Amino acid sequence: MKQFQGRVVTPGEVTAEAVVTTEGFNTLASLQMALQFGDKEVKCGDQNNPQLHGKPLFNKALCLPQTIGSTTGGLVLYCACAMKRNPACMLFANHIDSLAAAGAVLADVWVDGVSMPVVDSLGDEFLNYVKDGMKITVKANGIVEVE
Amino acid sequence: MILTNEQKAILNGEKGETMAKVMKTMVMYGEAFEAEKLVPVTSKYNHLVTSFGLKVMSPVYDLMQKLLDAGVSSGQKFSVDPRPLDKNVPANFLQNFVFKHLMYTKQDFYEEQLKKLGLLNDNAFTCTCYMDEVGNKPKKGDVLSWAESSAVVYANSVLGARCNRNSGILDIMGSIVGYVPYFGLLTDEGRKATWVVKVKTTKKPEAQLLGSAIGMKVMEDVPYVVGLDKWIGNELTDEACAYLKDFGAATASNGAVGLYHIENLTPEAIEMGEKLIQEGAKEYVIDDKELERVKNNYPVMWKNPDASPKLCFVGCPHLSLEQLTEWTQKIEKALEQNGNRKIVIPTVFTAAPKVLEAFNKTEYAKKLENAGVITSYICPLMYMNNPLCKKMPVITSSNKLRTYTSARYYTDDEILQAITGGKK
Repeated sequence: MKQFQGRVVTPGEVTAEAVVTTEGFNTLASLQMALQFGDKEVKCGDQNNPQLHGKPLFNKALCLPQTIGSTTGGLVLYCACAMKRNPACMLFANHIDSLAAAGAVLADVWVDGVSMPVVDSLGDEFLNYVKDGMKITVKANGIVEVE
Repeated sequence: MILTNEQKAILNGEKGETMAKVMKTMVMYGEAFEAEKLVPVTSKYNHLVTSFGLKVMSPVYDLMQKLLDAGVSSGQKFSVDPRPLDKNVPANFLQNFVFKHLMYTKQDFYEEQLKKLGLLNDNAFTCTCYMDEVGNKPKKGDVLSWAESSAVVYANSVLGARCNRNSGILDIMGSIVGYVPYFGLLTDEGRKATWVVKVKTTKKPEAQLLGSAIGMKVMEDVPYVVGLDKWIGNELTDEACAYLKDFGAATASNGAVGLYHIENLTPEAIEMGEKLIQEGAKEYVIDDKELERVKNNYPVMWKNPDASPKLCFVGCPHLSLEQLTEWTQKIEKALEQNGNRKIVIPTVFTAAPKVLEAFNKTEYAKKLENAGVITSYICPLMYMNNPLCKKMPVITSSNKLRTYTSARYYTDDEILQAITGGKK
């Protein structure tokens, strides 16, 4: 088991299975089709991301460097949370980007009964270490345990 | 974050619970970036990214309704991204059924909400709101609360306005409270380049291919591009602006670029030159081989990679008036060379309603129509974002459309040959 200290963007505690991308996570390309057509597993639809394409994202600990792509990204993430089809948590190796931050903040302020802890600045070592299927535990103080 | 008394009062509920939540959203958004303050939005108009009444986006319309019910409205009028549907664009029975009964069932409802919130006019649906014909063109130094990645990168880079890559919903919230957090591309420091991109091609690089290569390399960083002025000149002519529009859209969608500087061309690069480059900036050299490598690495998502194209989209982001004219001239010439009277693949050119209105007053509109090209105001991305289109072999010269859909990318010249029958 290894611990990483990050910065809490939106608070919460959760344990979930890791799904990992070392490339930028394109929120619109990844989530829109799955949400639109009721894919309960929310399989990633981003054809340009072979690490994630086709993998379930719902209730997973999504480990990523940052999000990329369309500025609908934040509202797509907000919709996923409001529809309760969101990842269990989002864990950023880098500083969070503006689109992901918007989605996380919108969900935190405007959606009742949904918790999606978001931690950023976990560092490159975190993303090098974590692999698909590992058990992730997010603590309220921004500590992320990987085992 | 240090707030003014007025901002604190709003946050404490003096203007109602909903306004307090809007302010809390902006404050939390800023705190995620260690913003020290909120600054006033100074542009005349806003631009929103969400134009589509997608059933799946119901939480967005519910939120908009909360804002309307609470009596809050945008302090600025706004334009918004293109509409998703147009009866002129080819669609089969099944597609029409999916569009109208499964996907865009909220379109009319949402457009009513937009009008109540402050939509500029019924024609204000385009991703290129900054075109002269549309009239939402911010001034240098204006602080914006825009979304739409291609518009934000254009406003920052070509017009010298200041805007972060805001998400949908955050865009209108900036207009509602009148402030945005001061961080990133709003600051002098955040506008400095952390990459130097050296263009060393032997011919003018394809705008959307060059933008794609840079976007994928620098991601959200700011590139300072050297050597491109050799190909597109030292003045922001209509032609250069159209090139930068397409280039920027690709940097923003294939990566997450919100601002670029082009040496000897874009306003801040002209003013400050290499002072814009941060110490320790990384370097990326782009030559013909690198562009070829990038293009060859695009995945082919067609069910049958050897299928004949059934549809072609040009104009993502929307075409300018000059681009429509230039395409018309090139198509006329290519049809003649290839011995055809009309195009051989159904083709849709997309542009802002007001740009199409201006184009339709020119002699070229009839020529383009006679060649068989359909013009439309839609968003090709919204048209293609459904499982039915996955099976449809669509070609495009838009790297943004390629990124988000199964459309296959070709250069402008390749598209020209394909649609005029010059390529089997």
